[in-house]
Amino acid sequence: MDLEILIENVLNALTAGITIGSIYGLMCIGLGLIFGIMRIVNFAQGDLLMLGMFASFYLVTEGRILSFLGPYWGPFVGAICAAPLVFAGGALLHRFLISRVSGLRTVGSLDEGHFGQLIVTLGISLILQNGGQILFGSTPVAVRTPLSAEAFLIGPVYGGATVFLNKAKLIAFLVAILVAIALYLTLEYTRLGKALRAAADNPTAATYMGIDVDKAYRIAFGLGSGITAIAGGLMATYISFGPFVGFDYVIIMYSGVVLGGMGSIFGAFWGGVTVGFVQQFSALILPPQLQNAAIFVVFLMIVLLRPQGLFGRSAERA
Amino acid sequence: MRQGSRPRLRRNLTALAVLCAVYLTVTAFVTNSYYQLILTLLPVWALFGVSWNILSGYGGQLSFGHASFFGIGAYTVTLAVVYWSLSPWLGIPLGMVLGGLAAVAIGLPTFRLRGHYFALSMLAYPLAILYVLQYLGFQEVSIPMHRENPVAFMEFGEPRVYTLIAVCLLVGGVAVSLLIENSRFGLALLAIRQNELAAEAAGLNARLWKMRSLVVSGMMAAVAGGFYARVLLVVTPESVFGMLVSAQAVVVTLFGGVASAWGPVIGAAVLVPLAETLQAELGTYLPGIQGVVYGVAIIAIMLLSPDGLFWTIRDRWFRRKAPDLVPDVAVLPPPARRATARAGAPLLEVENLSRAFGGLKAVSEVGFSIAEGEILGIIGPNGAGKTTLFNVLNGVLSADQGSAELAGQQMLGRKIFEVCRMGVGRTFQVVRSFPRLPVLDNVIVGAYGAGQSDRGALESAVRALHQVGLLGDSGVAAGQLTNKRLRLMELARALAGNPRLLLLDETLAGLGREECDDVLTVLARLREQGMTICIIEHTMHAMMRLADRLVVLDHGRVLAEGRPQAVVEDHSVIEAYLGKKWLTRQDA
Repeated sequence: MDLEILIENVLNALTAGITIGSIYGLMCIGLGLIFGIMRIVNFAQGDLLMLGMFASFYLVTEGRILSFLGPYWGPFVGAICAAPLVFAGGALLHRFLISRVSGLRTVGSLDEGHFGQLIVTLGISLILQNGGQILFGSTPVAVRTPLSAEAFLIGPVYGGATVFLNKAKLIAFLVAILVAIALYLTLEYTRLGKALRAAADNPTAATYMGIDVDKAYRIAFGLGSGITAIAGGLMATYISFGPFVGFDYVIIMYSGVVLGGMGSIFGAFWGGVTVGFVQQFSALILPPQLQNAAIFVVFLMIVLLRPQGLFGRSAERA
Repeated sequence: MRQGSRPRLRRNLTALAVLCAVYLTVTAFVTNSYYQLILTLLPVWALFGVSWNILSGYGGQLSFGHASFFGIGAYTVTLAVVYWSLSPWLGIPLGMVLGGLAAVAIGLPTFRLRGHYFALSMLAYPLAILYVLQYLGFQEVSIPMHRENPVAFMEFGEPRVYTLIAVCLLVGGVAVSLLIENSRFGLALLAIRQNELAAEAAGLNARLWKMRSLVVSGMMAAVAGGFYARVLLVVTPESVFGMLVSAQAVVVTLFGGVASAWGPVIGAAVLVPLAETLQAELGTYLPGIQGVVYGVAIIAIMLLSPDGLFWTIRDRWFRRKAPDLVPDVAVLPPPARRATARAGAPLLEVENLSRAFGGLKAVSEVGFSIAEGEILGIIGPNGAGKTTLFNVLNGVLSADQGSAELAGQQMLGRKIFEVCRMGVGRTFQVVRSFPRLPVLDNVIVGAYGAGQSDRGALESAVRALHQVGLLGDSGVAAGQLTNKRLRLMELARALAGNPRLLLLDETLAGLGREECDDVLTVLARLREQGMTICIIEHTMHAMMRLADRLVVLDHGRVLAEGRPQAVVEDHSVIEAYLGKKWLTRQDA
């Protein structure tokens, strides 16, 4: 009997780890573009996630613009539609604020502009969170879909052990995987992708090769914002959220990106999946309040023991 | 205390006394209890900002988790009253001690990280503590009243007394900050922020200085937190460990002015009343307006005056003529060579030294020696392993095998600053200066690195500047120097530590013919004074004039060694430099 419960718990943690982890993975890809490749520490990434959630919420539940799609398709289409909105927001933020403290302007300057980036993005984060409170109110909301209350049952696998597959999470997982693959192909095989990677790798050299580095950065920042927003829209189908939700996920995102190795999109995804697993499995042994602490501890251990990430190689030079 | 800082310190302390008198006079006339609270909190947040500034402003180690220390102070004071009935008068010092211990515990692992990673990890500590406190059931703890003996428990019927205490604490904090600014502690932190490797190569133990600044900073933040808890009487994990708390320290300091003791005070004086008033007036209609204002404020300040209000105001309205930094110290003659040194005895002996990067053997079984008073030139094509050799010798890289002894003492396996303190000065292929510090301070860093007294360091620096002929530029910021002067300044920095051996990495790179000659004259003068020099150089004509002997490296190995004339006629050397074809054509 005890063994059955254990097996059931482990299997459920495993499936939840895969589905939630993949959504984290998508979220981490967004940050991976901004932090991993462009080396901008973006404090506001969690708040872009929050914007994605609210964009989806207003499109689907509150504004009913997408309500003709019904409660099954609507929320997921809404999540995708959040991307261009937040992409535009991110590109504007970059155009008017972030480009002034990053990229070509700060090559070779004191601290390589880290101070400025951290401060400006911290400011953006404060504005988005608190401005969100003014605009959206502080009552938690959710994108309603009946799917979040339904589950596929697999089993009984062993004795009475059953695996519950939440339908909302399952579809969100599939969408996340598809978006991640599409982005990967874009970056790897299109001209735009190559320009982005070149600009990130060495902005000065890219300029000499005729790449408009400012524009490339703007697009990359917008893409990073938009991708994270999709993840936010997907999460909005199974959690409730308020304007301060972003902060809970900032550390998760940074853990994932660092774990996956800076500069690797693929790595960032796996990093996110790993964090999802850690979170779900820590739920088996730790009381709920300590699950978040567990993520911070894991994050600190990753940074201290393997700052080059599990999937990356050290590139530090003296 | 650094030489010549006494009048500046006196000026600053006078200004501080005047400000406090004005502030307390204003306080005496305020009767509205809400404004009284603002007047009490303002110095508390300023003190917290001052503490952050010591680590992140002077030292450049960005901390987004200063709430760790603030919260530790707050919870120590609160829990000490609740469980042990310990008065805050003792609880605040106790919190200070715990804050210092936490700083050591956090600093030990975290200072292994730099830049982004350091900032991010610091963010994680207070949040981890926050969740643990929630788990332990300390969601909301209030300080019980002790009516029978109020003063002993820091309870006053007159709220303005709290303002007085807060101001006293802030004065203490600013005084500590001013002392740091005017001592070698502050100079070390500024140097580390501007170029950590250069600071280490000049003999500063960067890790130790950073740790000291974190401990001072942590203790100060804990005091601010402890007193905050006493004033508000209730602590929750979010209110003392939360992200907004950490942000508060960052915001007031950046707004007011980074790396100045006055910055956090100015920032708090503007932002705390502004945000509190907005919150009180508009908070009911626009909850969160405080956060928006803070966000807008720091973005605006970052774009308009990136170093903060203090510096902008000072530069715009108080620009005095550049302080006359040519100090009134007599230029002393260079110190006599150590008595044991006999010209011709070997000073540096390198044997069988190797260092590989993966499969690439950058330095492979290299051996040579340098005699006391000799100038040894190291030449070789690009990628021959010359700079790697220097990096291994002065501790930037570890060696795979071999030994290098300076007068019988092993150099390998030591940290960069330890090698420097053995008496090895170094310059870099790409000049590593502290661009915002004046030339004199750049050079003094080298003297401090060698462990000299304040007076002695100034004398050494002046002498070194005189030796390279830069004494006239003492007051100029290093970032404004020409390439030649930068190179000479770096040389002076190495000389200020009274080294026995100089490792010069392409000191002539990028210089024109005449500039080259100037630097060569300086080097020749150093040789006359008995300095032992090992120099990497590409310019053959310079090497022929300067070096007593040459060592030729190629693919990490010693290809040839001997007197310059013999070496340049060596066939294998010509082949390495110009290729086999050239050689056969010459022979034909």
